[in-house]
Amino acid sequence: MSNVIEARDLRKVYQMGEVQVEALRGVTFNIARGEVVSIMGPSGSGKSTLMNMLGCLDHPTSGEYVLDGEPVASLTGDQLADIRNRKVGFVFQSFNLLSRQTAITNVELPLRYSGVSKGRRERAIEALKEVGLGDRMTHHPYELSGGQQQRVAIARAIVNKPAMLMADEPTGNLDSKVGKEIMQLLLTLNKESGTTLIIVTHDPNIAEQTQRVIRLRDGVLDGVA
Amino acid sequence: MTLAQAFLEALESLSGNKLRSGLTVLGIVIGVASVIAMLAVGRGAEASITGSISGIGTNLLFVFRGGQDESIRNERPISLSDAAAIADPFAAPSIEAVAPILQANREISYGGERTTVELNGATPEYFSVQNYELTEGEFLNEEHLLGRASVALIGPEAADTLFGRHDGITGETIRIDGQPFRIIGVLASKGGGMFGSQDNRVIIPFSTAQARLIRRNTRDQVDVLLIQAVSGEAVPQATEEISQILRQRHQTPIGADDFTVFTQQDLLTTFQSITGILTIFLGGIAGISLLVGGIGIMNIMLVSVTERTREIGLRKALGARRRDILTQFLTESSLLSLIGGIIGIIFGWLISFAVGQIAAANDTAFTPVVGADAVALATIFSAVVGLFFGIYPANRAASLEPVEALRYE
Repeated sequence: MSNVIEARDLRKVYQMGEVQVEALRGVTFNIARGEVVSIMGPSGSGKSTLMNMLGCLDHPTSGEYVLDGEPVASLTGDQLADIRNRKVGFVFQSFNLLSRQTAITNVELPLRYSGVSKGRRERAIEALKEVGLGDRMTHHPYELSGGQQQRVAIARAIVNKPAMLMADEPTGNLDSKVGKEIMQLLLTLNKESGTTLIIVTHDPNIAEQTQRVIRLRDGVLDGVA
Repeated sequence: MTLAQAFLEALESLSGNKLRSGLTVLGIVIGVASVIAMLAVGRGAEASITGSISGIGTNLLFVFRGGQDESIRNERPISLSDAAAIADPFAAPSIEAVAPILQANREISYGGERTTVELNGATPEYFSVQNYELTEGEFLNEEHLLGRASVALIGPEAADTLFGRHDGITGETIRIDGQPFRIIGVLASKGGGMFGSQDNRVIIPFSTAQARLIRRNTRDQVDVLLIQAVSGEAVPQATEEISQILRQRHQTPIGADDFTVFTQQDLLTTFQSITGILTIFLGGIAGISLLVGGIGIMNIMLVSVTERTREIGLRKALGARRRDILTQFLTESSLLSLIGGIIGIIFGWLISFAVGQIAAANDTAFTPVVGADAVALATIFSAVVGLFFGIYPANRAASLEPVEALRYE
């Protein structure tokens, strides 16, 4: 099975005033297509930085990163935006839905940026049905429960059929029952469509449900399970 | 993202904060409305001045003593014999009639009433040249002139002041500087002109004025020659003929005329340039308020960018390029100023209309004119203001780093 992610010696240095902070100090790993991986580590371990790299939100200072066959480490801002749009689906801890838009227009948003003009609505409806929200499509976020909002966010993440789903503490703002449901939904989507799933989490219970855990400590890998 | 989508999203976002958008739009509304109203008032002033000058007749010329060049000394006055020479149809075929005038302000009285009027010593040609009509009585004739008769024609405004009416006063005797004059006619109203009221006037025979009321240094001196050309088209030709005759008679070298020929067209041009400057001045002041409105837009857009940092981060994470964010915020700022522009045009038109109504209620012939060019100018200018003042905030939004924008609380 081919690799969706190939990271070679990723490094990231931040300039904090006078001081240079090394958030990542050379991280190398692969993630195979369809794999479910969790990234764990204490605060300050470089976990968020790694997630930003893998999600193409930020450039590494040095190193190689190939996402779904495309080397992305040295792409410009707009090229990265294009890669994010086509290949990465984000699910955030705080949902990040546009509050003035209905569920369906929220889900349509990535399609707008990829220039899809026909069949946008149909694809958005399909995605919403996949996450079990077929009956809440014209509701605004404030009319939905936390779990439902996260489902809308997941629908938005999968609407463009990305190569990987990147979930940052997807259950962090939800109670444990709803959290389990959301986890289940993510795993089901992985099983049905074969989309690679990467979950950044603190929660060992969630990490348990993934096939592999990438542990980070002080910017380096702390053993790959 | 297509423009139509950007437009809809901008509309949605602006209506999400109605009070704020409304207040921002208000700045542009005031700016555009004042530009429109000021230009309309200027245009109206120009039209009413042009109209009243044309009312005097476009084939009229005035000849004054004195050149346009300060350096000319020993200017000869215009004389009655100059007038006679210009009136010669062989020497000056383009000239229809010549009316020499003596002008001065004098006090007139009747009973206990007194007032100051413009006193004109004139010849019978004066009435045809000036296009005067009478409401009663008769014009001056040659006999009055030869006999230095103590007769006068009175304008309606002067008559109203003295008699409280302007009909049935022919035959009354008024005093001009204490000397008695019998009224032989009343002039029809010509309305307010550019040189004071043409109705507050008393006209007496030229010879009478010369001998008794308006004395000048030399005996046959004339203050102004009013000259009527045969037609409006003949005015330049008439100017040339007059100049040649006077140069020859005054023995002045070329380029050192000691007289000035002024045409109705010159007058029109002068006033048009004055009202033009006035319009630019008023429009400029109004333009400043539009500028202030634009700064208001920029301010609000900057606040909006800061407030929506997370949203911008999210949009970028979902694949929005620089251009998409730029378009989004520029559309919003342009939409603000466009809406302001449209409402402002309507308001400006209403203000102009109200000014016209007030002027009409005060019997002033003045109608502000809202020109299509003023509307076009205001529309383009307000859209440009929206774009220009939107560029900085939009650029700021578009340059946000997705990671930092997403982390922003």
